[in-house]
Amino acid sequence: MVIKFGIKDLNIWFGSTQALKHVSMEVLPNEILSVIGPSNSGKTTFLRMLNRLNDLNPGFRMSGEVIFEKENVKKIDVELLRRKIGMVFALPLPLPLSIFENVAYGVRMHGLANKKRIAEKVEDALKQGYLWDEVKDRMSESAFKLSGGQQQRLCIARTLAVEPDVILFDEPCSGLDPISTAKVEDAMVKLKEKYTIVLVTNNVKQAARVGDRTAFFLSGELIELDKTEKIFTVPQDKRTDGYIRGKFG
Amino acid sequence: MRKFKEFIIEKLILICGIASIFFVVLIFLFLLKEGLAVFNIVSPFQFLFGKSWYPISEPPQLGILPLILGSLLVTLGAAIISIPIGVGCAIYIAEVALLKIKEILKAGIALLADIPSVVLGFIGMVTLVPLVKNIFNLPTGLTALSGSIMLAFMAMPTIVSIAEDALYSVPKNYKEGAFALGATHWQTIYRVILPAASSGILAAIMLGIGRVIGETMAVMMITGNAAVMPQSILVPVRTLTATIAAEMGEAVVGGEHYFALFAIGIVLFIISFAINVTADLFLHKRQ
Repeated sequence: MVIKFGIKDLNIWFGSTQALKHVSMEVLPNEILSVIGPSNSGKTTFLRMLNRLNDLNPGFRMSGEVIFEKENVKKIDVELLRRKIGMVFALPLPLPLSIFENVAYGVRMHGLANKKRIAEKVEDALKQGYLWDEVKDRMSESAFKLSGGQQQRLCIARTLAVEPDVILFDEPCSGLDPISTAKVEDAMVKLKEKYTIVLVTNNVKQAARVGDRTAFFLSGELIELDKTEKIFTVPQDKRTDGYIRGKFG
Repeated sequence: MRKFKEFIIEKLILICGIASIFFVVLIFLFLLKEGLAVFNIVSPFQFLFGKSWYPISEPPQLGILPLILGSLLVTLGAAIISIPIGVGCAIYIAEVALLKIKEILKAGIALLADIPSVVLGFIGMVTLVPLVKNIFNLPTGLTALSGSIMLAFMAMPTIVSIAEDALYSVPKNYKEGAFALGATHWQTIYRVILPAASSGILAAIMLGIGRVIGETMAVMMITGNAAVMPQSILVPVRTLTATIAAEMGEAVVGGEHYFALFAIGIVLFIISFAINVTADLFLHKRQ
C-alpha cells in the first residue's frame, strides 16, 4: 500500500506565531481521515499544507517534510499538485459564472478544448457530486442562484471534474442545514472508493459519522490519531476525551 | 434647549444639502437659457452636423462637427493608450506587486494625479510635440496624437486607482478557489478575478474617459486648435472644451458666437453626464 501523504516533523509559522508544532503522521489511500480540534488548533493550516495553499499567506514559513506519493510537495509543480489534490472550502465558493462553466472551468484550464468531452466530464462530475438531477435543466443559470447546499455540491463537482487523487474538505458543512449536510456526507462516503479524503471539521459528530480514522489537533500539536471508533470510545489522551465530550472547544 | 439645537443643526445640514442641488440646477438652467438661443439662428441639426466652424464670419457658420470629432478623436486616442496601461498597472498593483513596490507605485500614481493639467500641457509642448513632429516627419507636432498621449497620462490615475480598488475587493476566496483547482496565477487573474471585477473596471474606464473629455488646458496647448474636420490623428484638431476656453473671451455677450459657445457647453455637459451615469450604473451593478 502506497501511503498518500507522509508528514514528518512539520512545523509551520505565520510571522512569529507557530501554527503547527512537530506534526508527524500519515494519510492512507482511500480513507476518510477526519481532522478535529477547536479553532486555532492548526487543523486548517495542516490541510492547506497538503496542497500548498499556505504559500499564499504572507509570512508563511515551514520546516519538516510533506511527502505526497513518495515525492516532496515542494518539488512537485504547484499547479500539478493542486490538480491532483482538490479542495472544497468552508463556504461554498462558486465562481461568478454559470453552473456549467463553474464545473467546466478547471477542465478547460487544464487544456481540454473538445466541447463534447467537456460536457461529458461536467455531467459526470455533477453526477458524482449528487447534483446532476437538480441542475441538469438549468446549466446556464448563474451558480449563485443555487441554494447553499447545492452550491457546496457544485464545488465538490468542480473539484471532481479535474480528476484529482485526493480531496481536501475544509469544514465543508459549516454553513449548511442538516439535510444538505447529510447529502454532502453521503457524497463523501461514496467518493472514498475512488479518492482519498481529508476532512477538517468542527463538527465532532460528523467526524464520527464519516471518518475511518480521526486525528485530534490542539494548539498546533497532533494529540492523537487512531481509528475513529477508538478515538470516540477509548481515547488514549485525556484532552481528546475532553474535547469529544464537549468539555472545551 | 437641546432639542432646539438639534433642530437648528438638522435644518442647517438640510440647507447645505439642498444648496448643492440648487446650484447645479441653477447652472444647468443658465446654460440652457444661453445655449438654446443659438437654435434661433441655426437648426440643431446644422449645429451638430455642420462641417464649418467660422463663428465670426458674416453670416457666422456654426457647425460644431469638427469640434465634436476633434474631442472624440483625442479622447479615443487617449483611451486606447490609457486603458491597457492603466488596467495592466492596476492588475500589477492589486495582484502581483510585493507590498513595498505596491506602496511606491500607488504613491507615484497619486502624484501623477496631482500634476496640474497646465503643467502637463506645458511639459508636453516642449517635449512631446517636437518628438511627434520628428518621428512622423510632420510640419507641426501639435496634433491629436500629442493630445491623446498627454491626456492618457491624465486619465491613468483615475483608471488605476478605481480599477485597483475593484480588483482588490474581489473576495479573496475566489482566488483561493481557483488556485485550489490548479490554476496558475495568470489563469486566476484572467478567468476569475478580472470577470469578477469587470463592472468596477468598466466604471474606472468610464470615469477616466470622463476626465479626458472634460479636460481643457492641456489639449488647448498641444492639439494645435485647428477647427477643421480631422482627416487623421496626425493633424491639428480642436476640441469642444478648448473652443469654449479660447473663444469665450472674445465673443460678444449676447451675440450668436456667445450663444453657440454656451450650446457647446450643453453638448459637453450631456456627454459628461452620459459617461458618468454609465460609470455609475456599472458601479452599482457591482454592489
